[in-house]
Amino acid sequence: MSIQVKDIHKQFGSFVALDKVSLEFPTGELVALLGPSGCGKTTLLRIIAGLEQADSGQVLLEGEDASGTHVRERQVGFVFQHYALFRHMTVFDNVAFGMRMKPRAQRPSESQIRTKVHDLLQLVQLDWLADRFPAQLSGGQRQRIALARALAVEPRVLLLDEPFGALDAKVRKELRRWLRNLHDELHITSIFVTHDQEEALEVADRVVLMDHGKVEQIGTPEEVYRHPATPFVYSFLGSVNLFHGRIEDGTVQVGEDVLHDQPDAFRQGAEVIAFARPHELDIVVDGEVGKGVSARVNRVLSFGITARVELDGVNGSSGQHYEVELARSRVTELGLAEGQIVRLVPSRLKLFERQAASPQ
Amino acid sequence: MAGATTLHLGGDHAARFESRAATREAPWVKWLILGVSLTFFATFLLMPLIAVFVEAFRKGWGTYLTALSDPDALSAVRLTLTAALIAVPLNLVFGVCAAWAIAKFEFRGKQFLITLIDLPFSVSPVIAGLVWVLLFGAQGWFGGWLMANDLKVIFAVPGIVLATVFVTFPFVARELIPLMQAQGREEEEASVVLGANGFQTFWHVTLPNIKWGLMYGVILCNARAMGEFGAVSVVSGHIRGQTNTLPLHVEILYNEYQFAAAFAVASLLALLAIVTLVIKTWVENRAARALNLETAVSRLSIARKPDEHDVLGIGQTPAIR
Repeated sequence: MSIQVKDIHKQFGSFVALDKVSLEFPTGELVALLGPSGCGKTTLLRIIAGLEQADSGQVLLEGEDASGTHVRERQVGFVFQHYALFRHMTVFDNVAFGMRMKPRAQRPSESQIRTKVHDLLQLVQLDWLADRFPAQLSGGQRQRIALARALAVEPRVLLLDEPFGALDAKVRKELRRWLRNLHDELHITSIFVTHDQEEALEVADRVVLMDHGKVEQIGTPEEVYRHPATPFVYSFLGSVNLFHGRIEDGTVQVGEDVLHDQPDAFRQGAEVIAFARPHELDIVVDGEVGKGVSARVNRVLSFGITARVELDGVNGSSGQHYEVELARSRVTELGLAEGQIVRLVPSRLKLFERQAASPQ
Repeated sequence: MAGATTLHLGGDHAARFESRAATREAPWVKWLILGVSLTFFATFLLMPLIAVFVEAFRKGWGTYLTALSDPDALSAVRLTLTAALIAVPLNLVFGVCAAWAIAKFEFRGKQFLITLIDLPFSVSPVIAGLVWVLLFGAQGWFGGWLMANDLKVIFAVPGIVLATVFVTFPFVARELIPLMQAQGREEEEASVVLGANGFQTFWHVTLPNIKWGLMYGVILCNARAMGEFGAVSVVSGHIRGQTNTLPLHVEILYNEYQFAAAFAVASLLALLAIVTLVIKTWVENRAARALNLETAVSRLSIARKPDEHDVLGIGQTPAIR
């Protein structure tokens, strides 16, 4: 089922949680709502589910306005961040709950329910836990039971609120892959909320990036990672180096140094923010004066396939930290020493004009 | 009072604290504190209780049984039970509603309502009784109307019930509010999303989660309803065989120098209190066990199958439907 939200606006007191958000979630896709905490992603998910009421705007489920539809009738499956399993019921009863609460006319027989519950428990690979209570399960197991319970009512959409937020790193990684497989199997339209960029990029078909109640960018994981549309997306996805500069004579001037680029779209004297990923920077030891940004080598970490060099800004950009990823051979060639002053030369640079409101 | 479950959790912690040399107090400190508290306990709690039973049986079983089977005494028992039987269910319903409203909804004047619920605890029982006299007494606001319609509230059973309801108002609500606030809304939201209606959610999700707290509140409410003296005394009029509850009957007997009979009836009330305490302790134990199951079990014996990490990681999932 497709989901559409139109001009959703939600305010808590004077805090704007969602600012005229319009989005479309096509049928059968697994979409991630990604953003820092407080960006409105959970609120949006709860509005789609009907657990929260938008101040204005519409939620369309399969083209039909659902704003007036009660949560009960929306046929959504919702997996809560802390699972919200019924603690006084066994795993079996938890999963069976949705079916047992149906009006008598639609309710399956007890034997049908039993078969269905066992199917679902097999689907989440926890059939052997049917008689346990939620308190006797690990976090990862609870998460999967919560998912089975949500699927039991055959929802048209599956909404997951920070599904792996409360799990440790290893379990999280396994569950992530497992959720992806499950989605490929069931093809149910799913939206999950996360603040973990790796999670979003790895699991989702499409990623919606949000900040301060606004949608910053929508795209496939590759699109948003390779071509970030805004400074926020650039700095939120992956590690990044940031330079504050000014356009002068067709070059980007950072302090007294010059970063080479062709910033044709910018007017003379414009204040800009320049981004470069760690692997898009090179270190030059004996470069001509004025080319690249000066920095002092702080630490060289070379235990991986690539080496990471951490540097501190000097000459007017002091207080800034940079991170450069280089091949180990290149680091050996350069023979970097701690405290050495070097220059950073970007192979690729993304520029944004600095808005008056953006932070220094 | 709010801590139905906190009392039983400290046990092994205390034992560990004491067995460690680094945290142990000098023995005399322990014995001094123990001595003081036990002396207080014996003087102020145990001795009066024993005195009641000793005095009750001073003139032997015969007098004791006569005092209890006296028609006036039996009528007092009946009235006390009636008042409790009406007041407790009323406050049960009110308590659950009020706790629900306060814990689950946001509304104007919430803080005011929370404060108001405590009013019966903070106001003197005499005032609690007098309020009803001022409202429904012969000179009260509604007195004329009641008289014209030949209805009796004050110096009759309805007045006693009203006073009892007022005095026992807070017990259930006070017990449930912190409990429901701590539990939050998530489980109920889950239930609604799964298609349950309001009543189903209450019956299958909310109620099982609060049942021990609710039981605890009801027991305390009942104990107070049966033992209330002050407020009931003001509205009762002390008509023998008609508007005397057990506590009032004890007072009358005592004032008439029938000490043995007074203590015999009093022993009945004391017995009731003891039974209440036993039930209360049992409920507390059950509640603590329910809580321990949650915390201890999740800490110690997380369900783990030997090959679980394999199960978690494998690629294909069995098909459904």
